[in-house]
Amino acid sequence: MGDAEIIPIGTRGKPGRGTGSAKPSSSARGLAPKAATKTATKNPTPKPLIDPIGQGVFDAPSGQVPAPRTPAEEVARAVHPAGARTAERQPTAGIPAVDWLAGFTSAAVEVFGADWEPRLAAFLAFLRRRLTGDYTVDEYGFDAEITQYFFMAAIRPVAEKWFRIEVRGVENIPSTGGALVVSNHSGTIPVDGLMTAVTIHDHAHRFLRPLGADLVFRMPVVSEIARKGGVTLACNEDAERMLKNGEIVGVWPEGFKGIGKPYSERYKLQRFGRGGFVSAAIRTGVPIVPTSVVGAEEIYPLVGNIPSLARLLGVPYIPITPFFPLLGPLGLVPLPSKWIIEFGEPIRTDEYDAGSADDPMLVFNVTDQVRETIQQTLYGLLMQRKSVFG
Amino acid sequence: MGRVVLVTGVARDLGRRFARQLAAAPDVDRVIGVDVQPPRGDLGAVSFVRADIRNPVIAKVIMREHVDTVVHMSVLPSSGSGSSSAAKELNVIGTMQLLAACQQSPDLEHFVLKSSTSVYGSSNRDPAMFTEDMAAKRVGGFGFVKDINEVESYVRGFARRRPDVRTTTLRTANALGPGLNTPTAAYFKLPVIPTVLGFDPRMQFLNDTDLIDVLEHATLTDIGGTFNVAGDGVMMLSQAIRRLGRPALPLPGFAVGPLGSAMRQARVADFSREQVAFLAYGRGVDTTRMREVLGFKPSRTTEQAFGEFAASIEPGVVSERRVRAAENALVGALGGNRDTTTSGELHG
Repeated sequence: MGDAEIIPIGTRGKPGRGTGSAKPSSSARGLAPKAATKTATKNPTPKPLIDPIGQGVFDAPSGQVPAPRTPAEEVARAVHPAGARTAERQPTAGIPAVDWLAGFTSAAVEVFGADWEPRLAAFLAFLRRRLTGDYTVDEYGFDAEITQYFFMAAIRPVAEKWFRIEVRGVENIPSTGGALVVSNHSGTIPVDGLMTAVTIHDHAHRFLRPLGADLVFRMPVVSEIARKGGVTLACNEDAERMLKNGEIVGVWPEGFKGIGKPYSERYKLQRFGRGGFVSAAIRTGVPIVPTSVVGAEEIYPLVGNIPSLARLLGVPYIPITPFFPLLGPLGLVPLPSKWIIEFGEPIRTDEYDAGSADDPMLVFNVTDQVRETIQQTLYGLLMQRKSVFG
Repeated sequence: MGRVVLVTGVARDLGRRFARQLAAAPDVDRVIGVDVQPPRGDLGAVSFVRADIRNPVIAKVIMREHVDTVVHMSVLPSSGSGSSSAAKELNVIGTMQLLAACQQSPDLEHFVLKSSTSVYGSSNRDPAMFTEDMAAKRVGGFGFVKDINEVESYVRGFARRRPDVRTTTLRTANALGPGLNTPTAAYFKLPVIPTVLGFDPRMQFLNDTDLIDVLEHATLTDIGGTFNVAGDGVMMLSQAIRRLGRPALPLPGFAVGPLGSAMRQARVADFSREQVAFLAYGRGVDTTRMREVLGFKPSRTTEQAFGEFAASIEPGVVSERRVRAAENALVGALGGNRDTTTSGELHG
């Protein structure tokens, strides 16, 4: 506001909004119909006007200059001068179609930018294809379109803004071919799976195909979303099938033991299942990428469990956190811990022959190697982390 | 000398069409159709024997006519009117009697069973794609799943006792086609389609002409074994319903069963317990063996088979034509005359 301009103050007795010009603006003329002229001269102070573009209320005689009108506003005024009588001003009197159109147009410009026309058409075509079922899913029920444009878009802000995920070693995810991403599991609710999936999608440009427990497919809504998001059942048949097709398969061998462990045991890896994931990798000859996730342990610190209720509902545990169920739904908001996801150096399995997948000693050894790698990386990352929420 | 084929279940539309097509095949001398009810349409060159396969008459027919091939395709889920115990009687006891008659026959060389992918059941523990050596995850099962498993085990027993007979089991997916009346078709023809809330099963379909072709192929080749038969690819139930343009009615799992039995009573549609499980968990079968060992390739994918069926029935309220018209109107009003068919895909 350094450079001062000389601005004529007031309306000089004329009705209208002090533009300073001799001729009142079109809206000012609309405000002062002929019948009301006398009243206007008697009381030259018009009522405070509400700025149509929402910059607040200002008093015309106190002499402020209104902001220049936007072109869209100008168009709206030109096509639809304000009604003179109250009856004409009633909202039910009908807003002309042209006005609606102008509104839609400016909204479209707001949402889609300057080239809104083709983009809106593409968006409508997308809606039509979804509405008429004109899309394909793969044999696991994975819907790449909805995952990319909807699920990923919904999770991404949480990953970037809420957990501020720091990604390391993304070059260890192969850009083509199959790989088995093996990660630690924590956080009461498998948020770490979602975050790993969005990280791999955004940084390595591959879709992660997670393997889920059978409980996932028993739960309504969860099962539907899981299938569409690319999850399939954690069993050897599905894992090998996906790896053979060259997918990046995600597995959390700790399962419910890892995700539902109390807060006091955070970052202590549980038993890695029976090593089924290792035999699947050996049979298909794909590399194992040991992945360490730091930060997920603190999102819902599990301090208690209601085993009897859990048994009744047929779920592995009913979590009690410092905020849930105490604060009700508010307690479901995860704590904004700082996350680090590190993809470790791949462990090659293609030098073993396929028969060694049935050798329990070898499978145990490789399982242990993966587990140790993840545990050591976790300790290292914890040392580097400044604070939980840092 | 050509083959003499006995086909069971010719009263049904599929059985009748298969028998007629087989009778026209060059290697086949005679086709004998068997059923308890007379067929509804023209059987052509097929000789029809009205008999119950549970009756010893069937053994006499096989002996006297020197039947060398039996195609057993009357194993069916209970239809709207019949109870599941009556269906079991027909399916399991009928198959036992038929196999007993076959075992006695010295002329028999081929036995083909038209089974169903229902043999794998439906549960949340299912792998994404069943291969032929997998079994239903939920042991025991109920209704048709149990029946068809018993039928298959009897056929396996028969194959052990008569190793000289080539035995083929075809596990076929739900057949759909214009004018074909099956429980699946009846379900999709409902004006409002009930689904299980929160579940979206994967489904596979097989075009009806493909089903007849694969049966003919399996009857006339020398390849034995068990094969899954389905169109390529899978569809989600929600996707199928959207393609029909019909509204879906999601109901909580516990409500679908009672509604199903009410509809069954009213003979509108068939919802057995295994059907409800299928609507929740779905099923997919791997068809690699069908293509590589049996040497059969369906002419239509799952989507094409469903598309042909959808085109043959009246479109629903939210039909594609209406959606397209609404889209065109909206785009036209906003941006002048534009053709949506040429507009690009989302984000380029």
